[in-house]
Amino acid sequence: MLDAIGSGLNGLIAGFANLHWSNPIMIVVGCVLLYLGIKKDFEPLLLVPIGFGCILVNIPLTGMMEEEGFLKIIYDAGIMTELFPLLIFVGIGAMTDFGPLLENPKIFMLGAAGQFGIFLTLALALVLGFPQKDAVAIGIIGACDGPTAIYVTSKYAPHLLGAVSVAAYSYMSLVPVIQPPIMKFLTTEEERKINMGMVKKSVSKTTKILFPLVVTVIGGLIAPRGLPLLGTIMLGNLMKESGAVSRLTKASENEIANIVTLLLGISIGATMDGRVFLKPETLIVLALGFLAICLDTACGVLFGKLMKVMTGGKVNPLIGAAGISAYPMSARVVQREGQKYNPKNYLLMHAMGANTGGQVGSVMAAAVMLSVLKGMGII
Amino acid sequence: MDNWTFGVTMVVVGMGGTILTLWILSLLMSILSKAFPYRKEEEGK
Repeated sequence: MLDAIGSGLNGLIAGFANLHWSNPIMIVVGCVLLYLGIKKDFEPLLLVPIGFGCILVNIPLTGMMEEEGFLKIIYDAGIMTELFPLLIFVGIGAMTDFGPLLENPKIFMLGAAGQFGIFLTLALALVLGFPQKDAVAIGIIGACDGPTAIYVTSKYAPHLLGAVSVAAYSYMSLVPVIQPPIMKFLTTEEERKINMGMVKKSVSKTTKILFPLVVTVIGGLIAPRGLPLLGTIMLGNLMKESGAVSRLTKASENEIANIVTLLLGISIGATMDGRVFLKPETLIVLALGFLAICLDTACGVLFGKLMKVMTGGKVNPLIGAAGISAYPMSARVVQREGQKYNPKNYLLMHAMGANTGGQVGSVMAAAVMLSVLKGMGII
Repeated sequence: MDNWTFGVTMVVVGMGGTILTLWILSLLMSILSKAFPYRKEEEGK
């Protein structure tokens, strides 16, 4: 009898007895993510479920990430299969207006320059001793695109998924803090004041419908390994622009995106077990991710300066900073910074073009990267 | 494959491939914009 009572009581204190030193630290980390999401409004749709998932997985003996645990089921169903990031991409495509980009297709090149940080950071990660696939996953933080980062990392470096996802989403929300000093450092006051005028041209509906088809076919032929990413974002956009399937478009950008975002966030948080997450390499991953986004911004602005020279001073180099995938935040940062130096300057629509170019650019960069890896026999 | 070869290949081919692909797409979209110009009648549809 006493033994039974003793065993029963043991069951109630087992959680405390099996706490690893890393668990309380990660519970605090989860709370920090919740604070950033709820109080500071830093990408709350992701950071809140990630933070809570992190807390759940760091309470011992719950079985949530063991076989048939509920978080493991969600993780296996949506992350390991890469389904969740792809479904979110359909919603992102349905929410994006590529009109400003199509009005000035040259802006695509800023979207390309804004991805250079991915490859430069990959090289630096190799120098620091990371294995090749890990370096790919670290570099992809520079895509500044959560679903792309999750898609690549879950496939090729799943042990880094927690660190890469937290880095990608946290730094995306820090774009208004990260970008302005780099923009100021790399441009002169005269350059910042360049007035690009208003965007007047409009784009035909036919062009807007053909755009996702052209990108899918041509992009897919050049970089077939990235077609799942490219195809899903373009499917969402095609549905939006066609206007023929408004129910599907609305479902993609609302119900599907919201449900998948919740499940994605909580299952990413579930990978943040302290025993796996709290290693020196996690800090290095976070630092390299930050560097990737800084390099993206710098390369975008420098390419903007090149475009300014090539167009005889018509392009304001600040819009180069919007060539990353943090849409539409980066475009708003460019608008704000431009107006600081010239209140009559309205850069928003030009920056939106660069920003949507960055969205396509980030997906294309990931697609090219995966196809090159396949070509080299690494994957 | 050694890390040096891997890194250089990824930087050169990766960055080059991205620029080239987006340049091709920008050309194609310029052509399409000219082939299917915007018409005022489309406003409000």
